[in-house]
Amino acid sequence: MATDAITLPETQETVGAKRPLVDRFHEWITTVDHKQLGVMYILYALAFLLVGGVEATIMRIQLSAPHKDFVSPQVFNRMFTMHGTTMIFFVAMPLVFGLANYLVPLMIGARDMAFPRLNAFSFWLSAFGGILLYFSLVGANGLYGAGNAPDVGWFAYAPLTSHTFSVGHSTDFWTLSLLVSGFGSIGTAINIIVTILCLRCPGMKLGKMPLFVWLNLVMAGLVILAVSPLSAAQIMLSIDRYLGGHFFDTQAGGSAVIWMHFFWIFGHPEVYVLVIPAFAVASEVIPVFSRKAIFGYPVMVAATVAIAFVGMSVWAHHMFTVGMSSNANAFFVLSTMAVAVPTGIKIFNWLATMWGGKIDFKPPMLFCAGFLFQFLLAGLTGIMLSAAPFDWQLGNSYFVVAHFHYVIVGGILFCLFAAFYYWYPKATGRMCNELLGKLHFWLFFIGFHLTFDFMHVPGLLGMPRRIYTYEPGRGWDTWNLIVGIGVVFQAAGVLVFAANLIWSYFSGKIAGNDPWDAWTLEWTTSSPPPAYNFAVIPSVKSRRPLWDLKHPEDPDWKYE
Amino acid sequence: MQSTRNISAKLPPLKALSILFFLASTCLAQSPTLSSPTNIFAPASTPAKAIFGLSLFVLVITGGIFVVVGSLLAYVVVKFRKRKDDDSREPAQVYGSNQVEIAWTVIPILIVVVLFMATARVIANVQKAAPDNAVHVTVVGHQFWWEYRYPGLKVVTANELHVPVGAATEIKLFSADTDHSFWVPRLAGKTDLIPNHPNVMWIDPQEVGLYLGQCAQYCGTQHAKMLLRVYVQSQAEFDHWIQQQSQPAQSSNAASEGQRIFEATACVNCHAVAGTPALGRFGPDLTHLMSRDTIAAGIAENNHESLRLWIQDPSRLKPGSLMPAMGLNEHDLNAVTAYLETLR
Amino acid sequence: MSAATVTIHEPELQWRASARGRLGMYCLIAAEAAIFTIFVVAYLFYMGKSHSGPTPQQVLHVPILFTICLLSSSLTIHLAVRSLRKSKTGAFARWWFLTLFLGTTFLAGTVVEWRHLIYDEGLTIQTNLFGTTYYSLVGLHAFHVLMGLLALGIVWLFAMFGRVKREHAERVDTLALYWHFVDTVWVVVFLVVYVIGR
Repeated sequence: MATDAITLPETQETVGAKRPLVDRFHEWITTVDHKQLGVMYILYALAFLLVGGVEATIMRIQLSAPHKDFVSPQVFNRMFTMHGTTMIFFVAMPLVFGLANYLVPLMIGARDMAFPRLNAFSFWLSAFGGILLYFSLVGANGLYGAGNAPDVGWFAYAPLTSHTFSVGHSTDFWTLSLLVSGFGSIGTAINIIVTILCLRCPGMKLGKMPLFVWLNLVMAGLVILAVSPLSAAQIMLSIDRYLGGHFFDTQAGGSAVIWMHFFWIFGHPEVYVLVIPAFAVASEVIPVFSRKAIFGYPVMVAATVAIAFVGMSVWAHHMFTVGMSSNANAFFVLSTMAVAVPTGIKIFNWLATMWGGKIDFKPPMLFCAGFLFQFLLAGLTGIMLSAAPFDWQLGNSYFVVAHFHYVIVGGILFCLFAAFYYWYPKATGRMCNELLGKLHFWLFFIGFHLTFDFMHVPGLLGMPRRIYTYEPGRGWDTWNLIVGIGVVFQAAGVLVFAANLIWSYFSGKIAGNDPWDAWTLEWTTSSPPPAYNFAVIPSVKSRRPLWDLKHPEDPDWKYE
Repeated sequence: MQSTRNISAKLPPLKALSILFFLASTCLAQSPTLSSPTNIFAPASTPAKAIFGLSLFVLVITGGIFVVVGSLLAYVVVKFRKRKDDDSREPAQVYGSNQVEIAWTVIPILIVVVLFMATARVIANVQKAAPDNAVHVTVVGHQFWWEYRYPGLKVVTANELHVPVGAATEIKLFSADTDHSFWVPRLAGKTDLIPNHPNVMWIDPQEVGLYLGQCAQYCGTQHAKMLLRVYVQSQAEFDHWIQQQSQPAQSSNAASEGQRIFEATACVNCHAVAGTPALGRFGPDLTHLMSRDTIAAGIAENNHESLRLWIQDPSRLKPGSLMPAMGLNEHDLNAVTAYLETLR
Repeated sequence: MSAATVTIHEPELQWRASARGRLGMYCLIAAEAAIFTIFVVAYLFYMGKSHSGPTPQQVLHVPILFTICLLSSSLTIHLAVRSLRKSKTGAFARWWFLTLFLGTTFLAGTVVEWRHLIYDEGLTIQTNLFGTTYYSLVGLHAFHVLMGLLALGIVWLFAMFGRVKREHAERVDTLALYWHFVDTVWVVVFLVVYVIGR
C-alpha cells in the first residue's frame, strides 16, 4: 500500500457570478452524482405527494355524505386507482430510493454508487413512468369515452382489465408506466446491493455498517425478487390485451385468481420494500435523539432479514375471501402471524434503545415517537386481519383501508418526515425551522388520527372499499364525515412542511457538519457534502466512528 | 427550551386520548346506539357467530398487547426525556441483552401459536360443507346485479334473496363477467364470485328479517350500487314465496300493448319473463318483478316513478349501468311500465 | 494559507471494479430468474387446461439439435474467455464468433419451429392456453437470446478491430455470465415445455 502525504489547500468560497440557469439545469439533467439524483427522486416524490393528496381529498369530499354528487362514479373510480398507484409507485418508492441514493454512499464512506450511469438511467426510467401514467389523463381514449385515467384499482384485478371490460387504453397506461418504472426500480436495487457489498470503506465489515445501510441492503434484495413478478404479470396482461393471449381470459379457461397470486407475490413484499427503509430511518434517528447506541444491533439485522424472508411467503392473506382451501388459508394465517414476531422484536429494541436515554423531542424524534405508537396499532390491526375468518368480514372493507394507511402514513410517512428533518441540514447546510416542524407534527398527527382512527369503524359496520357513494341508514355517515375533516388538518400539516422546506433553504440556521451530535460517517463531511463526498476515504473501527472520535476514552470498538 | 418541555409534557395525555378514541370506537361499534344493519358484531347466523367469537378472542389478545406495549412507550417517552437541567453527559450505553431478546421472542411466538390454533379451528368449522338438507341457491354475479337460482325448486329471480329461518342455505357463487363478492355481514363473512372459479358458502339465519349487504369486490363503474337484500322468512312464508316465484307470468289483457312493445324492442334480448317469448339472460329475470321491494339491485324503491325513470334512462339512477336507455317515446314508455307493473 | 497533512491509503481498485460488475450481473440474473419463474409457473399451471386446439403432444417436436447448439455455445464462450485471459486474442475472436454462430443457429431453429407451428399446425398465441403460454415462455427466452447476441455481436466487432485485450477479460467474462444464464434458462424451459409438458 502506497502512502503519500499531501497538503490540502484551504477551501475557498466559490467566487464569481452564479452560473447561468441553463448551465445549472444542464448539470442536474445530466448528473450521475448520487446526491443530486437522490434530491431529484425526493423532489419528484414530493410533487406527486401533493397530486395524490388532491386525489384523496376529492374522494373524501365525495364520501363525506351519502349520495353526494361531487364527482361521477367514473371519476371517483379513476381517483382511487390513481391515488393508490401514485402513492405507492411515484411517492413512496422514489422517496425510499432517493434517501438510499443520497445516504448510502455517504454512510459507507464511498464517493458514489457503484454504477453512477445506471443510477441516472434508473431515475429517469422511473420518472418517465410517472409522467406516462398521468399522460393517460389526456392521452387515453377509447370507445364511449371510456378512456382517460385508469380506473381498475391499483391492483388491477383480472378480468376487469381485459379488453372486454376495460375498453380503450387506460389500463395500458397503468401497465406500461409501472413496467417502465419497475425496471428503473430493479436498476436502482442492483446499484444499492453492489454499492453496499463492494464499496465500503476500510474497516467497515458488514457487521460494522450503520443499520440504515443494512436495512436498505435487505430492501434492495426484496425489490429484485418482488418487482420482477409484477413485471412478468404485466407482460402477460399486455400479451392478453394486445396479442390476444389468454393468461387471464376466463372464457378460454384462464384464471383470474392467478393474476391475484402474481400480483400479491409482488404486492406483499412491496410493502416491506416501503417499510424496511422506514425502519432504517427510525434505527438512525432514535439512537441519536435518545443519546444511546441502538439496542441489539445483531438482532435488529437478523429480524429484518427474517421479515424479508417470511414476508415473501404471506402474500395470499390478501386473498382469504377468494375461496382457497382451508389448508391454504391456514398456511397463510400462520405465515402472516409469524412475520409479526420479528416485527415486534424490532419495536421492543427501539423501546429498549430509548430506555435509560435522554430523549430530545426535536422534530425528527417527535415523528419517530409517532411512528412507534402508530406502527404498534397498525401491527395489531394487521394481526386481526391475519385471522382469516375475521378477514372474511374485514377484508375489502374500510377496516383494511384504515389498516394499510395506518402503516403507510402513520408508520412509513412519519419516518420519512423524520428523515427529512434529520438529514435536511446535511443536504442543504441549513436547519429546518423547529417551530414550524413541531407545528407540522401536531397538525398532521391530529389530522392523521381523526381520519384513520375513525376510518376503522365504517369497516366494522360493513362498508366495503372502492365505492363512490353509499346508502344512508347504514350508520356510516358520521364516521365518513369525521374522516374527511381529518384531511383538512393533514393538508395543513403538509403545507406547513412544504413552507418549512422552502423557508429553511433560504433562511434556516447554518447547520455545520454535525448539528445533531450524531455518530455515522455522513456527519464527518461538510453540509452539503462536496461532490466527491470525502476528501479522504475514511477508515472505521466500529459502528459509530464519530462516537469513537468524540469519546476516545470509551470507544465503541471496545464493546462490539 | 421552554416550548419543548411544554409540548413533551402534553405528549402522554394526547397519546392517552388517541388510545381512548381507538378503544371507544371499537366498543361503540357493538352498542345498540350505533345501530347499523350491517354491523359485523351483530351476527345472526352460525358462520357470522363463529367469526364474532374468534374476533373477540383476537381483540382481547391484541388489546392486551396494546396496553402492555403502549404503556411501555408512554412510560419511556415521559420518564427518559431530556430534562431542562440536563448536564449533557451521555447516558450509559447499553448495546443489547440476550436474555431480554429471548424473552421478547419466545412470548410473541407463544401468542402466535395460540392465535393460530384458535383461527385454524374456526376456518375448518366455517369452510365445512353445508348439511344435506340445506336449501340450495346458485348466485351468479353480474355487472351490476345479482342473479339467484334455486335449481331444485325451479325458481329464477334477481337482486332479492329469500331463505328460510333456522335452516341452512348453501350458496354456490359464480360470476358471469368480472370479480364480485357476496357480503352480508350479519349472516357470514364475504366470499368472492370469480369467473371460472366456483365458490361455495352457507348461512343459517336464526332470526326472521331483512339483512343488508353489498358487493365487496370492485367490479366496475357501478360497484357501489350492487346492493344485497336477504329476506329471512319463516318456513311457511318461504314455501309460499317459492311457490309464487315458480309460476310463469300471469298474462293480462290490460297491458298487452306494453307487452307487445316489450317483445318487439330489444328488451327481450336481455330480460326473461317466464311463459312469454322473452328469454334473455343478460339482465335480471322480470317474471315477478313486482314482488320485489326494490329495483336496480336495491338502490331504488320499486314504485311507479322509479320504474318509469329506470326504463326511460337507467343512467339517471345508476350512471354506468349496462342497461342502455332504449329511447322510448312517452306513450311507449308508459305502456311498457304498465306492462311490467302487471308482473307480480 | 494553512495546510492540513493527511495520509492517504491507496485503495485497491483493480479487484473492486470487476467484483462490482460481476455482482451486478448476478443481481440482474436474480431479477430475470424471478421473471422467468413466473412464466414457468403459468406454463405449468395451465398445462392440460386448454379448452381446445392443438396439444403439445400433437405438435411439439423436441428441438435436440438446436438445444445442443445453444448449450455448446456456453462451452465455446467459456473457451473464448479463457483464451482472452491468456492474451490469445486470435483464439478469443474465433471462439467468440463460434458462440455467436451457435446462438444464431438456435434462434434460426426457433424461427423455423414457429413457422411450422403457425402455418402448418395452426397454433398461435391466440389459439388456446397452450399457445399463449408456449409462445410467451419460449418467446421471452428467445428475446433474451437476441439481446445476448446483440451484445456478443458488439464485442465481436470490437474484437475485429483489435480493441479487445487481456485487460478486458473481466468485463467480457461478466457478459459471458449473462450468456450462461440464458443457457440455463433454456435447460429449464426445455424440461418444462418439451419433457414435462408433453
